[in-house]
Amino acid sequence: MKYDTVIGLEVHCELKTKTKCFCGCKNNFGDEPNSNCCPVCLGFPGALPVLNKTAVEYAIMAGLAFNCSINNETVFERKNYFYPDLSKAYQISQLEKPLCVNGYVEINVNGTTKKIRLNRIHLEEDAGKLIHDGMGGTVVDYNRGGVPLIEIVTEPDIASADEAIAFLETLKNTIAYTGISDVKMEEGSLRCDVNLSVKPAGSNQLGTRTEMKNLNSFKAVFRAINYEQKRQIEEIEDGHEIVQETLRWDDALGESKSMRSKEDSQDYRYFPDPDLLPVYISNEEIAEIKSKLPILPNELKAKYVSYGLSDYDAGLLVETKNISDYFNEVLTHISNPKLVANFIINETMRKLKDDNTNKIDAKNLAELLLLIDKNEISSTAGKQVFEKMWETGKSAGELVEQLGLKQLNNDDEILKMVLEAISNFPQSVADYKNGKTSAIGFLVGQVMKNSKGKANPQKVSLMLKEELEK
Amino acid sequence: MDYTKLSILEVSKLLHDGSVTSEELTKQVLNNIKQKQNLHALTSVCEEYALKKAREVDALFKKGEKLPLLAGVPITIKDNINIKGLKTTCSSKFLENFVAPYSATIVEKLEQNYAVIVGKNNLDEFAMGSSTENSAFFTTPNPYNLEYVSGGSSGGSACAVAANLGFAGVGTDTGGSVRQPACLCGVVGLKPTYGLVSRYGIVAFASSLDQAGPLTKTVKDSAIMLNALTGYDEKEETSVKREKEDYLTSFSGSVKGIKIGLIKEIGSDGMDVEVKEKLESVIEFYKNQGAEFVELSVPFVNNALACYYILSSAEAASNLARFDGVKYGVSVFDAKNINDLYLKNRSNGFGKEVKRRIMLGNYVLSSGYYDAYYKKAKKVQKKLVEQFNKVFESCDVILTPTSPTPAFKIGEKANNPLSMYLSDVYTVPVNIAELPAISVPCGFNKMGLPIGFQLIGKKFSEKTLFNVADVYDSKNGEAK
Repeated sequence: MKYDTVIGLEVHCELKTKTKCFCGCKNNFGDEPNSNCCPVCLGFPGALPVLNKTAVEYAIMAGLAFNCSINNETVFERKNYFYPDLSKAYQISQLEKPLCVNGYVEINVNGTTKKIRLNRIHLEEDAGKLIHDGMGGTVVDYNRGGVPLIEIVTEPDIASADEAIAFLETLKNTIAYTGISDVKMEEGSLRCDVNLSVKPAGSNQLGTRTEMKNLNSFKAVFRAINYEQKRQIEEIEDGHEIVQETLRWDDALGESKSMRSKEDSQDYRYFPDPDLLPVYISNEEIAEIKSKLPILPNELKAKYVSYGLSDYDAGLLVETKNISDYFNEVLTHISNPKLVANFIINETMRKLKDDNTNKIDAKNLAELLLLIDKNEISSTAGKQVFEKMWETGKSAGELVEQLGLKQLNNDDEILKMVLEAISNFPQSVADYKNGKTSAIGFLVGQVMKNSKGKANPQKVSLMLKEELEK
Repeated sequence: MDYTKLSILEVSKLLHDGSVTSEELTKQVLNNIKQKQNLHALTSVCEEYALKKAREVDALFKKGEKLPLLAGVPITIKDNINIKGLKTTCSSKFLENFVAPYSATIVEKLEQNYAVIVGKNNLDEFAMGSSTENSAFFTTPNPYNLEYVSGGSSGGSACAVAANLGFAGVGTDTGGSVRQPACLCGVVGLKPTYGLVSRYGIVAFASSLDQAGPLTKTVKDSAIMLNALTGYDEKEETSVKREKEDYLTSFSGSVKGIKIGLIKEIGSDGMDVEVKEKLESVIEFYKNQGAEFVELSVPFVNNALACYYILSSAEAASNLARFDGVKYGVSVFDAKNINDLYLKNRSNGFGKEVKRRIMLGNYVLSSGYYDAYYKKAKKVQKKLVEQFNKVFESCDVILTPTSPTPAFKIGEKANNPLSMYLSDVYTVPVNIAELPAISVPCGFNKMGLPIGFQLIGKKFSEKTLFNVADVYDSKNGEAK
């Protein structure tokens, strides 16, 4: 029997505000444990929260970036549960009136586009971090407690691990463009839970779902989805029912383990937080936030296409914000988008596959590309210089000089070499004159060889044609 | 001479003209506290802190600096209000040794007014109760008869003011916790409009209802205290941003033309005969002073108590969840796991009434019951607010008794929470509707126990309340 997999994701993303969501403490990853804490985020008796307006603005930015409607009235609620990382024993979150609703993310999988609908994006505070001290004890770092977090909840529109990864990559990239988060999974600023069920192919009846937690990388998400869909199908084929439960993914073992079943599921006793006022956001304020929204990948791609780049190339450039930022910066120094795009796609991006940091700054790359653009060096020589720049960090001009790669553009010198080739290879000349036009390629090659690659190949070819047709 | 029996207004004159120093005054108050330890009005006395502040104020007086009316005046505050470096116990075993790491905004305001805080008042544990019998430490008896209660939850504050253990007290009022003990101890108690006085640094019971307010010997002293306590606080979202008023300008000395409402739904059911008689004499007094009386209908007023126990318990259950012993407060060392730690700490740390409210609160919030209880109570609250707004279109203030009975005997209601809850039946609607109200003493019953009446105003009408209350308080002084 064939099965359909139905996946919904809950993605948590920490916002990069200067201060925490409900107090003035610094929001800074990696600081000394419990150094960014105060009575408010530590839940001391009598302390009260005050909402960080920037966090609301950032969450709205996320909503706008993912085509959501922004609610004009939004309410914060308390989600009550006991856990040592939760200093007040409730998390300030949103349930009934979230900030953003009904968005979508467009993903590309194997050349086809698909819309993944978003149910909501709401704003909440993060919990602290439990650290097992290795001596059997557990300690808490409350620096993260109270950091603003958005939770992005999809509809069950995702059908495979590939789609889930495409969704997460698009999501991550788009958020990176908005600048509201670092979106680093390794630092926990991006986290993801997977809700998954399977059903007979084509059936309208959804199967029982499980929720999987502790997915710390895209790779883990991918593996976990494939594991879980296989497990559920096997259970069904063996005649068992799927139990609604929360699972914990163990990436080292490559399997999921039950954390708690539905019967033990918590009753969070949500209710509106009486310490916080409802937030009213006017359409004018939403419009103002929209105007502050940086250019997003789709718009940027359209802009690049308008520069004359192919759809495919433009798509490659906007896939990561670092690359498009780099591309944009190089373009401030040189006005040949196609040349720059080709070079970045073929050279820089190739290098970045093995090497995480870009070794050549934008200005330096622009200098190299200007030399090519003005025909001062050939593009072949350009690639050679690029390699040396990556290795040594030296400037383009310096390396061109040092390697003696300056292109030969002097007409008299080129003509001299052209005539030399014509007299040295009469057979090729005869072939050309008999209509075998490709013979010119051999002659160009001979001139280039003779000039040690420095002659301007366009000029060589042009002059050869002129002479042969005399 | 014993200055401690004077009002703030009277003693402030003496401090300002140099007839008495704050240090001397503070020592007299500290001496009273020592003499009357059997009143158990205080959970802790901060003698050194108080004397240091008193001497600082005296130095300023000597330099001839112009100081506020409260400068150098010894007062007490309820032990659920944080003073940095001192214990905030909330009269709970859980916080028995908890030292506050920061001061409440109102403490900062009192310090800016150079008031001298001499100690912290006993209360029902976490302000839950009407008699201080729920204090984990001791019960504060009524200063007029030690076999009777002082009321609650701010019973320690009311008793302290009545017994001259400070010129004023600051209490908190979630359902009547300032007004009811003020009434039972024969002092003035004010519950300001919700949002007028900052809640920051006051240990929360029910955040949407809690409001701190002064307990004083006179209405004018209440105005002096409120002047010090109010002001927008950016540390609290529910703090109201409005221009600061000078409540000492409230007093015209007349109630001519003032319309006083009587709520017809507040019948004499459960009302003590002597309380009823006193109320009638208060009505008579105001009529003679030229006030008009109108009978009004607030149909939902009798639903307020049920509404209150749902909303306040729900918020309390959540507010008190943070007391888990992980970060501060009592904690055991033999817990088997994290759940065991929570269970032991909270079982050991909380008293019976607090546990009852936590269970009640969690019940009304749990899935399947939320709509029937919490949501419905919110709807009732909305209705009650509308009904009060409506009646204030045809009156300036509403008159009710503060408490249906004078002080009851210690132990009398301790095992009957419902009858205990009923002692707040007239005060609770005020909190539910976020209104201001003041309790004013109006004599004694045959047993010699104080009786009081309550005036309720529309939002932010504290000035009107003060004026109407003061006309009775100053002209009818001999009745006290």
